[in-house]
Amino acid sequence: MAFITANWNPLGEAFYRKVELYEMSWVLRDGLRDSLVAAAPYGGPIAVMKESRCLSPSVRPQLEIYTASGVTMATFPWKSGPVVLLGWSVSEELLCVQQDGAVLIYDLTGAFQRHFSMGQEVVQSHVSEAKIFHSPYGTGVAIMTGSSRFTLATNIDDLKLRRLPEVPGLQGAPSCWAVLNQDRQTKVLLANGPELYLLDNTSCTSVVLPGVCPQDSVFVHIAVSFSYKYLALFTDTGHLWTGHAHLQDKLSEVDTKIRSPPKQMVWCRRPQSQQPSVVVLWEQLLLVVAVGGDTVQYPLEEACVCVGELDGVRLLSPSRHELLQEVPLVCEDIFKIASMGPGALLLEAHKEYQKSSQKADEYLREIKEQGMLGDAVRQCVEAAGHEQHTHTQKALLRAASFGKCFLTNLSPEAFVSVCRDLRVLNAVRDPSIGIPLTHTQYKQMTVQVLIDRLVYRRLYPLAIEVCRYLKTPEYQGVSRILRHWACSKVQQKGESDEVMVRCISGRLADAPGISYSHIASKAYDSGRTELAIKLLDYEARSGEQVPLLLKMRRSQLALSKAIESGDTDLVYTVVSYVKNEMNRGDFFMTLRNQPVALSLYRQFCKLQEQETLKDLYNQDDDHQELANYYVSASYREKRLEARLSVLQSAVDEYNKAKNEFSSKATEEEMRLLRFQRKLDDEKGAGLLGLSLQATMEALLASGLQKQADHLYRDFRVSDKRYWWLKLRSLAKKEEWEELEKFSKSKKSPVGYLPFVEVCMERSNKNEAKKYVTKVTPEQRVRAHLAIEDVEGAAEAAIERRSEAEIGAVISHCCSSSSSSSSQRLLLDKLQRALTTANRK
Amino acid sequence: MAHSIRRDSPELPDFSLLKRLAKDQLIYLLEQLPGRKDLFIDADLMSPLDRIANVSTLKQHEVDKLYKVEYKPIVSTSDQLCFLIRPRLQSVKWICDVVNADKAAGKFRRYKLIFTPQKFYACENVLEEQGIFGDVTTDEWAFHLLPLDDDIISLELPEFFRDYFLEGNQRWVRTAGSALHLLHSLFGPFCKVYGIGRCSKMAYESWREQVEEGEQNTGRDGEIGSVFLIDRDVDYVTPMCSQVVYEGLVDDIFRIKCGCVEFGPEVTSSDKSLKVMLNSQDKVFNQIRNEHFSNVFGFLSQKAKNLQTAYDKRSGMDIKQIKTFVSEELKGLKQEHRLLSLHIGASESMMKKKTKQEFQELLKTEHSLLEGFDIRECITFIEEHINRQCSMIESLRLLCLLSLTENGLLSKDFKSMKAQYLQSYGVDHLPTFANLKQLGVLVEQPTGETLTAMESKVGKLVNDRTAGKLTDAFSSLAKKSHFRALSRRLNLVPKSDEEYDLRVPKDMAYIFSGAYVPLSCKLIEQVLERDGWTGLEEVTRLLNGQEFAASGCSEADGKARNDTRRTILVMFLGGCTFSEISALRFLGKEKGYKFVIVTTAITNSARLIEALLDNHA
Repeated sequence: MAFITANWNPLGEAFYRKVELYEMSWVLRDGLRDSLVAAAPYGGPIAVMKESRCLSPSVRPQLEIYTASGVTMATFPWKSGPVVLLGWSVSEELLCVQQDGAVLIYDLTGAFQRHFSMGQEVVQSHVSEAKIFHSPYGTGVAIMTGSSRFTLATNIDDLKLRRLPEVPGLQGAPSCWAVLNQDRQTKVLLANGPELYLLDNTSCTSVVLPGVCPQDSVFVHIAVSFSYKYLALFTDTGHLWTGHAHLQDKLSEVDTKIRSPPKQMVWCRRPQSQQPSVVVLWEQLLLVVAVGGDTVQYPLEEACVCVGELDGVRLLSPSRHELLQEVPLVCEDIFKIASMGPGALLLEAHKEYQKSSQKADEYLREIKEQGMLGDAVRQCVEAAGHEQHTHTQKALLRAASFGKCFLTNLSPEAFVSVCRDLRVLNAVRDPSIGIPLTHTQYKQMTVQVLIDRLVYRRLYPLAIEVCRYLKTPEYQGVSRILRHWACSKVQQKGESDEVMVRCISGRLADAPGISYSHIASKAYDSGRTELAIKLLDYEARSGEQVPLLLKMRRSQLALSKAIESGDTDLVYTVVSYVKNEMNRGDFFMTLRNQPVALSLYRQFCKLQEQETLKDLYNQDDDHQELANYYVSASYREKRLEARLSVLQSAVDEYNKAKNEFSSKATEEEMRLLRFQRKLDDEKGAGLLGLSLQATMEALLASGLQKQADHLYRDFRVSDKRYWWLKLRSLAKKEEWEELEKFSKSKKSPVGYLPFVEVCMERSNKNEAKKYVTKVTPEQRVRAHLAIEDVEGAAEAAIERRSEAEIGAVISHCCSSSSSSSSQRLLLDKLQRALTTANRK
Repeated sequence: MAHSIRRDSPELPDFSLLKRLAKDQLIYLLEQLPGRKDLFIDADLMSPLDRIANVSTLKQHEVDKLYKVEYKPIVSTSDQLCFLIRPRLQSVKWICDVVNADKAAGKFRRYKLIFTPQKFYACENVLEEQGIFGDVTTDEWAFHLLPLDDDIISLELPEFFRDYFLEGNQRWVRTAGSALHLLHSLFGPFCKVYGIGRCSKMAYESWREQVEEGEQNTGRDGEIGSVFLIDRDVDYVTPMCSQVVYEGLVDDIFRIKCGCVEFGPEVTSSDKSLKVMLNSQDKVFNQIRNEHFSNVFGFLSQKAKNLQTAYDKRSGMDIKQIKTFVSEELKGLKQEHRLLSLHIGASESMMKKKTKQEFQELLKTEHSLLEGFDIRECITFIEEHINRQCSMIESLRLLCLLSLTENGLLSKDFKSMKAQYLQSYGVDHLPTFANLKQLGVLVEQPTGETLTAMESKVGKLVNDRTAGKLTDAFSSLAKKSHFRALSRRLNLVPKSDEEYDLRVPKDMAYIFSGAYVPLSCKLIEQVLERDGWTGLEEVTRLLNGQEFAASGCSEADGKARNDTRRTILVMFLGGCTFSEISALRFLGKEKGYKFVIVTTAITNSARLIEALLDNHA
């Protein structure tokens, strides 16, 4: 396999190789000369447009977007102003920076997305140069105006324009400049002849490069490495200075002996680079300058563009697309001519094995003797990842697999994962797809991002295949892709809503975690409200349906969906929205049909807007509730007149509700209130607001017998209640004579046991005794017990021959601790009576 | 008796995990506001919070002073205020006033609102309307479940009852669903879910939704077998009865708050009150909590004797023995002694109140109502109860019990009772009656004529058979709760001619002195026995349907350990009483189940009625 090294060039201690990625399938009318060309990193798309200064003002340039293999993705005439720079964002959106400072953003298919401006000032002074840069914060844009002022936007998705300070003593445009990312800050490094300045947010510092010679040569070009760690400056004397981006350490300085300013300059290095280098491009020459000082020259036949990558430089020419990179150490170890590395031997062994030659065994033995078989397999696997051509990959993987057979404890993980990765990489590298990712880039950018990129290119089937192959969880994989598909689908015109819904729901049916509301909102955004509503029906989570329905002003539907969800927050959201949207009448009508929402709103009103509550009941002709409302409201009124008038409203409403009982009760309350007021005024009794019972009690307590009697008659208080009240109040005042008189006034409706009890409550046994005889036979035992007359109780109980009552007396006897002989006698007597009663 | 086939009840899962989770989250939230801060806490969150994180824990996380939310201007001098509140508009409005007052005074502070268990959009809306949305930060403390005891977990949301059952406000349903989800993710998967009631169904659905939205974690052995969800409105009768089991009685009389009771001087026989935790850690309490009150005294005196014997062991010991006695036993004995004297004090104090004639008569009336005998006498008793102004709450309770068991009061009785009640306690109770009516616990029987008239009218339009069905339908419309029919069908009232030995209870009726098996617990027993609702069609029809049964995990069904399947989670939406818990514990012991009770709050008759009051006081 000697031919593998055919395109290798030694550079210092390392080798560089130039691999062809694609034969470009594009047809460019004038090559890449005089064109704005932008190629996105990580094998991204390419945008090409004729530079406006090369065209007559009447001609509109064509903006063309290609894949990295030259397949047209979009082409359209440029209708806006003159463009200074084309570039790509991290999410593969095309940014077109116009002379007037406007930045227009297009997607991969050439559809306009949005635009923003780099500031008012630029409109007059024009953008003379612009740069697009990527940082951890996203994609940024830096511009230099005609008056040599810089403006930065660090992240185009969260636009904050920063105007950098003026550079003192700068006359005319700087000779070259670059954007740096240091210490989480974005800065601009610019060269004014031999002087260098570093611009940050607030200040402009003059900097000196360590060890530049000759001293006052003019800097004509600056290149920053992919990772912003290294810097290269080219001087008019043909010297190339390389060093760290913080400008303190110098790596080297090389004299290229070419004095004309280069067209482009790009760092070419890789992670764990042996020999980093800078690629300098002139019209007809490509020079690779290693930091060590060695150089390689490639003559160019046609105009070329360099695209910096994480692990190399891509060279784009009208006919070819190539990758220039340092040969990875493992590849070097395996393929270097006469290499005795373990990987090389294993590859050789496998080759012999296929030829059925016994040499295979010899090679194997040699590796095994050195105990390097594990390393050999690892090398082959790793090298396979770095190779572009499938037959080389296969040869290496087969060799690895062969070597694996002689090992027992090698973890197969690396092998499997490289196989998987290569399967995916080869698929996307296919010219029809055109994403020439290297393995290193792929690992850096992750599968997620790769799938996103496939989705941006609308390569849904391939994306789904990749996900299935890699067994990506459905939520992050297939479902996400289907969602994107559906979102772009609903933006297409021409198909009827029904067809569209059927098509989408059919495809999405069994995919988990699909948000139909998201798709519906896309449909709504592209003006298809009806389609959006139909799609929303498929949304399982009502919480997601409601906000969109509100946005589409379908508040009725939103309300019923919210109620279905059982989430009161959602209901309340809709209610408060609808409240502001509709007039009051319609709002109440809407609520009326939705009891859940109504009750929620009512409760809210009870706490927040009492008046609204009234209106609400009024609207519904809910007289009962309205009356209840008035009753509660009456207690909030401090003045009697106001309270009475509110109560009168309650009476009216109760009447309307045909609730005679309540209306009468309320009327009585009004009467009582007036009565209380009168007495309060006359006697200062402090009755206002008491209940009828409490009023009477208070009256009796303060000896206003007549007034109490008046209330008793006037409010048709039941006899029982009044008797209870009176006898208690008399007992309380210990007016025993009055009590006796009262007991004789007429037959007691509550019986005479209560008399006994109230007396005993005051521990007046003598008085109590007076009433015992009057007690009905049924209660006599209790009466006797109440005055602790056990014998009397026993007598009464035996007389009544009631088992329960005898039992009660017995238990009473037992619980009292004294056990005189008389008591024992009594107990015997009771027991006997009990047995007779039992027998009966 | 079924003692011979009794299986041992399984061990309970360790629910203290819930406390740890809540505590960690609270600390995290407090640390979101670094520096010293004053903490304002909703009054009813005080005790639950104390169970999660005590004052010293809070102090450790830079809480300076603690205040109760009192809806008054504040006096704090701290420049950082943190509010820990339930999502109530009233509290939020008060906070708005505080912030606006500070603004007017030119005072700058940082404010943080922590809503628990979740925030409601309505609250944020108030913040916005009052113009302070930007001045405060809000957060949620997902403190859904507080384990009150080994087998009782409470959501501590007493307002759930009124909000859902009276106001028809469903805002807590999702909270209930989340609570279930939390239990499911920690102790699930559940094998079977049964439920009855509209709210149960909604909570179940909300939970399912959350399960589907979240990550699936299968393959774990669940620690809980079945789940039973039940709405409070399925059974209003049980909580309306006087409780006579020790724990229930303590709750009725002293009010157990968050697993803790405050015994007044009359119990502690000293001059100060004492707060006591009532749970299974209290060994004395643990033995008597489920006992009928009539047994408690005997038990306690026996216990006292035992204790004395243990103390007496001291005499006749040599020095070494005494040393071990003091180091090992004495502390336990002292502790037991203290608890014992406390419970004896409590029992005495309850005895004084509850063995009075009146209480006996009250119980008799309740039992008559449950059995359906001597209703006239009961009505007279209730009337007298009202007339004598015994108790505002108790009278209403009896009225409700009467209405619930008799399917409403006769129009005449209804009016006269109501009039008398209003005379006793004021007309401002009119809205209260409206509430009771709306809830269906105190209603007027529809006059027979209107119904018959309607029936005959409709009857003319359709043939006889349909008319018959219609009559059924009408009567079911008229009588929302068919307590009598249910009682017959489920045998809720044991035959009264046999003597019921309360010392050796034979069924759950013992918790009501053998007079009544609580409907809620009977339903649970039946469903578990039948493994579903089949055969209970008539019962569910009488209860207005809304029953459901679903199996949770199909594959784990067979594998689940036998123990697990006999651990049953019962969730009461709208609260449950200690009597019901006692009944379920008894059932568990009989059938070898272990019940875990999850409730929105512990309730009793007084709490239920108080929640429905709408008078102006």
